[in-house]
Amino acid sequence: MSAWSFFFEVLVAGLAAGIMYSLVAIGFVLIYKTSGVLNFAQGAMLLFAALTFVSLHERGMPFLYALAITFLVMVILGIAIEKFVLRPMINQPPITLFMVTLGLSYIIEGSAELIWGTQVHGLDLGIQDEPMQIAGVLVSQFDLFCAAVAAVMVAALTILFRYTRIGLSFRAAAEDQYAALNIGLRLPFIWAAVWATAGIVALVAGLLWGARTGVQFSLSLVVLKSLPVLVLGGFDSIAGAIIGGLIIGATENLAQVYLGPYIGDGIDSWIAYVVALGFLLVRPSGLFGQKLVERV
Amino acid sequence: MSSAILERQANSQGLPGLKSFRGPFLVLLVFAVVIPQVHSDYLFDAILTPFLAISLAALGLNLLTGYAGQVSLGSAAFMAVGAFAGYNFLLRIPGLPLLAGLAFAGLTAAVIGIVFGLPSLRLRGFYLAVSTLATQFFVQWALTNISWFSNDDTSGVISPPPLHLGGFALDSPVRRYLLCLGVVAVLTFLAMRLVSGQTGRALIAVRDSELGARVLGVKVLRTKLFIFAVSSFYIGVAGALWSFAYLRTIEPDGFDLDRSFQILFVIIIGGLASIRGAFLGAAFIVVLPLLLSRAGAILLGPGFDSGLVDLVQKIFLGALIILFLRLEPAGLSALVGRLRIRRNAT
Repeated sequence: MSAWSFFFEVLVAGLAAGIMYSLVAIGFVLIYKTSGVLNFAQGAMLLFAALTFVSLHERGMPFLYALAITFLVMVILGIAIEKFVLRPMINQPPITLFMVTLGLSYIIEGSAELIWGTQVHGLDLGIQDEPMQIAGVLVSQFDLFCAAVAAVMVAALTILFRYTRIGLSFRAAAEDQYAALNIGLRLPFIWAAVWATAGIVALVAGLLWGARTGVQFSLSLVVLKSLPVLVLGGFDSIAGAIIGGLIIGATENLAQVYLGPYIGDGIDSWIAYVVALGFLLVRPSGLFGQKLVERV
Repeated sequence: MSSAILERQANSQGLPGLKSFRGPFLVLLVFAVVIPQVHSDYLFDAILTPFLAISLAALGLNLLTGYAGQVSLGSAAFMAVGAFAGYNFLLRIPGLPLLAGLAFAGLTAAVIGIVFGLPSLRLRGFYLAVSTLATQFFVQWALTNISWFSNDDTSGVISPPPLHLGGFALDSPVRRYLLCLGVVAVLTFLAMRLVSGQTGRALIAVRDSELGARVLGVKVLRTKLFIFAVSSFYIGVAGALWSFAYLRTIEPDGFDLDRSFQILFVIIIGGLASIRGAFLGAAFIVVLPLLLSRAGAILLGPGFDSGLVDLVQKIFLGALIILFLRLEPAGLSALVGRLRIRRNAT
């Protein structure tokens, strides 16, 4: 095999991994964009969704029923979080809200494992994971499926944000909360809807990640993989989450294959952060993030 | 704005003057004279020594996050730097006194702190918080993968050298506890002086409005790097004490992201921008798991599942964090302050 086609294979595998990071990052962006909360509990929600689905399915529930029930559970969870945890915290500084979601992630992780147990579950979505030859480069079918799901999700979210009434109110809330309140938009309802949507995104990402790595506690750690993606793309841009994910995934994989032998194993734990940091020093609000304007 | 107004405002926000050292001094006296009379190795080994180390780390983080408003999620990395630096200095420089080793450990952490504090000159808020995670993961990776740091020891777990203080062997739990107490007391006094002086006001100004601070003539960049260095120094010494006096082993695994979060939780529960808060929060965080596992043993009988208790503890901790942020954002420190006012009033 030539060096070039090897390079492309590493690149493609990296891009595919990047899509997986983007899936998680989109959940963050949704909530940050509309309510200014950096939701650290997104990973815990992902774990909760995947664990609930797998446990229901293993107890003999048909695939679609389990999916529907988990879907409902995630919507209810999202609404409950907004109502009982975040609404009383209105008007607190963003960093306080971030720490609240840190506490929240402990509660959700703990409850998920308390309810469903701590053992590792396999998850089979019925998608073959055989490599396919496309233009001389081997590509995993599962990766293609993930990319398709991500594309559908981004398209759905774009349509929701751009062409529906609720999407319009989402954008209004993101633009200026006081102005949105002034024209009669019900912010609590908007936020509940956004959290429910983030719950659904967590379900999709949780199923795909779970099928890839098995459903277990480490699922909630994918948050740490998606944070550099967010920083790179900007916290409030869905396009940024996708492009950031692709850049991070590709550099991570390339660095591991080509630099790993010289520096040492396991550099994927920090290389993404270093890449993101490098970008940040040039553009402090990420690639697509809104510029911060400060008034005295 | 004249400096007199600044000073009055600062005092009304509870910055300690010299008079307020009396209370802490009495507390120190109790911890140094009365408590060592208790004959219980468990008390010193499992409660008081880790409490002191965590308090010191929380104090360091509170200087950075509470006073200067720079959120860091990488405290455990600086603890690890302190622990490994202390180990290597004592190992490679024969005859180096223990206290000098601890100071070098702190200084090394301070240098690393300045390097990883550089992004703070350009980044704000969440972007900075996430970039401190880079410290966390990079340091942990470097200490695990570069064998020089652990003196080419392959087991991954290394023991600190025997601790001596001027020919006096620190070989019992009480003596190790007193070492920690002495170090923590001195550093706490210095921290109190620091935050009550001009630097403390500069830190608070930077936290509340960077632009405003600059207008007032505060050198923002220098202040930020300075507090990154001081904070890392404290956390580094805390890490050295943690692994020398408490764990008695040095390994990168103990200084993971969960440890960083733990230190952050200590200052949230104890109270941001409060020296007292670091100690109250640390006491809470250290004692809570012990209490919960006792409660588990009583409620569920002796054969209870410790994994279950861990999960319950996790949920409990998360709920507490949220409750504190919701009901008492100024933490235990404010609670104690109010109790005192009420007592004085009656």
